[in-house]
Order: sequence, then C-alpha cells, then structure tokens
Amino acid sequence: MARKEGLIGRKVGMTQVFADDGSHVPVTVIQAGPCTVVGIRSRDRDGYDALQLGFEPRRKGVNKPTAGHFKKANVAPMRVLREFRLEKSEMLQGYQVGQAVTAALFAPGELVDVVGVTKGKGFQGGVKRHGWYGGDATHGSMFHRAPGSIGASSDPSRVWPGHKLPGRMGGDRRTVLNLPVVRVLAEQNLVLVRGAVPGANGALVVLRKALKTTRTQQQQKTADRK
Amino acid sequence: MDAIRVVEAVHLRKDRQGFDPGDQVRVHVKVVEGEKERTQVFEGTVIRKRGDGVRASFTVRRISYGVGVERTFPLHSPRIERVDVVRRGRVRRSKLYYLRGLAGKAARLKEKRAVPIPASTSE
Repeated sequence: MARKEGLIGRKVGMTQVFADDGSHVPVTVIQAGPCTVVGIRSRDRDGYDALQLGFEPRRKGVNKPTAGHFKKANVAPMRVLREFRLEKSEMLQGYQVGQAVTAALFAPGELVDVVGVTKGKGFQGGVKRHGWYGGDATHGSMFHRAPGSIGASSDPSRVWPGHKLPGRMGGDRRTVLNLPVVRVLAEQNLVLVRGAVPGANGALVVLRKALKTTRTQQQQKTADRK
Repeated sequence: MDAIRVVEAVHLRKDRQGFDPGDQVRVHVKVVEGEKERTQVFEGTVIRKRGDGVRASFTVRRISYGVGVERTFPLHSPRIERVDVVRRGRVRRSKLYYLRGLAGKAARLKEKRAVPIPASTSE
C-alpha cells in the first residue's frame, strides 16, 4: 500500500463554510501542526523509510531516556510522537531533523485520511452497538432490545468466539478515508476538511495524504470544488 | 472555539442585522435559472431567528395565494443580496410559531411605535 506523509493535529470542532456558489459545506476544523521532524528512519539503517514527527511542547513528565531522544535531535521535548511511513526513499529528501512541517503540506481540493479515537460510549446494548433491529415496542411484543439467541444448544455447548453481544462501545481507533480538504489557513495552522472526523473536540487526530485514492477520484474532487 | 470563530469570521456579514422576529421584511435572494442569475424577493414576517455565528438562520412566513409559506434562510448566505425591513412588529416573544394557527385579521401584528425604520439594511 502507498505510504504518505501527514501531520499530527487536534480536532477543534465542526462548523460550516459557504462555497463559491453559495451552498454551505459542513467542515471539521483541525489544528494541524506545526510539527517538528524529530527523527528520520531510512531503509539502510532501519529497514524502512519514515518520518518521526513531534507535536505540542511538553514541559512535565520528560524522563531521562525521553529527554535524551529529543536532545539527540536537538529539539525541545514534545508531547506526541508519531511515525509516518513513506513508500519511497526519495520522499525523505527535503526533510531534515529539526525541520518544521506545517499545515501548508495540504492544499484545498486534496484528499486526506483522518485517524482518530472515537468517543467512548461505555457499556452499550446490542441494538446501539451492532445495529440490531430489536423487537416491537408494542402490539403485545415481549421482545424489545434483548440479544436473543446466541447460538445452538448442546452442540456446540458454547458460544462461538467473536459473537456480537452487548459490551464496551467507542474509544476505538478509526480512520476516515478520502475527505476533501476545503480550506487551509496556514498562518493559524488550521485545516478544514469536509465532513466529520472521529473523536471529541480537542482530541488528537492524525491527518495524512489519502492512501487509497485513484487518480480519477483525486481529479473528481478537485473538479467538484470548481 | 477561537479557531472556529477565525474560520467563520470571513463569512459573517455585518449588514445582516437590524431586523427581529415580528418585522415584515423583503429578502432579496439570488436565484440561478439555467445560465442566468436574477434576484427574487420574498416578503413576509420574520417568525424565528436562531443559531450563532455563520450557522445562524431566520425564517420568514408569508401567505401566498391563501397558503402559508415559510422559507428559512442562512443569515450570512452569500445568495442573499439584502434584507429590507418594511415594517416593525411589536411582539412579546422570540419565536412566533403561534402565527401558524392564525389567519386573516387574527394574524396581524401591531406596529412598533417610535422606532425609526432604517431605509435599508444592505451595505
């Protein structure tokens, strides 16, 4: 699979903006970067190509091994560290340790993937958690939101592994693919993507250039904006 | 939240103030018909203003050929050319949904006294 560069950011919240034709576009505002290149992984040395980016200054909780890692790169300690794998070694060119990577990485019309951790929902029943239909609420129905049968009887005398049942919902890492970038405010380090992204406001998200886009898709999205 | 304000600030129109629920307004809407663009006027009573920032909207109600018609406009929409106030109504609540149940003489609103009507709220 293609591997591309990205940015670490925080979800600010949702709003809407007006397009040129007057229609409104739902957008999520993401505080993207500025990130600093803390390390570079190269195929010769590490077996793979990647950029290690750091985000947000960190004052507390920097233990000696962590401090050493940042000192080696000669940058201030940071709260979040993420590696972005790159498909070609050439993509590493132009990046140096200590260099800043900003929201200018993205351009309007481009497609991005957004990775985040979904909002925790706690312990939920099967209807909400797995989208079961549930039974009738009325008309003498005595079956409402219960799980129902969870399998056969004496054979196999157990529940198959992975059977869908009530339980903890949310708090999972989820990736939303191919969201168009609507606007980039490079000065404020803000990126506006169309649609919703996982997580609560203020949650950490990772933006990266879309991995699974075909060229036609990319052109289509650019054309849509015009 | 500040970042949201920064994003919305470019779209906010300062000329979209000066009318409230109860007022009779003329909304000049840009309509695209085929290749041409023209301005359509929707005149009626403002029965609701809601929302904040760029997401704010207002609803105008009028009686058209005996049928009640309501249109909700985004307050800061670039498709709205301007909003003129025709008459100021004296009302005691912010949402005038009760007008929906009234017709004819009963649906009239008293005019607000001693408030000069600005010629236009456009730019």
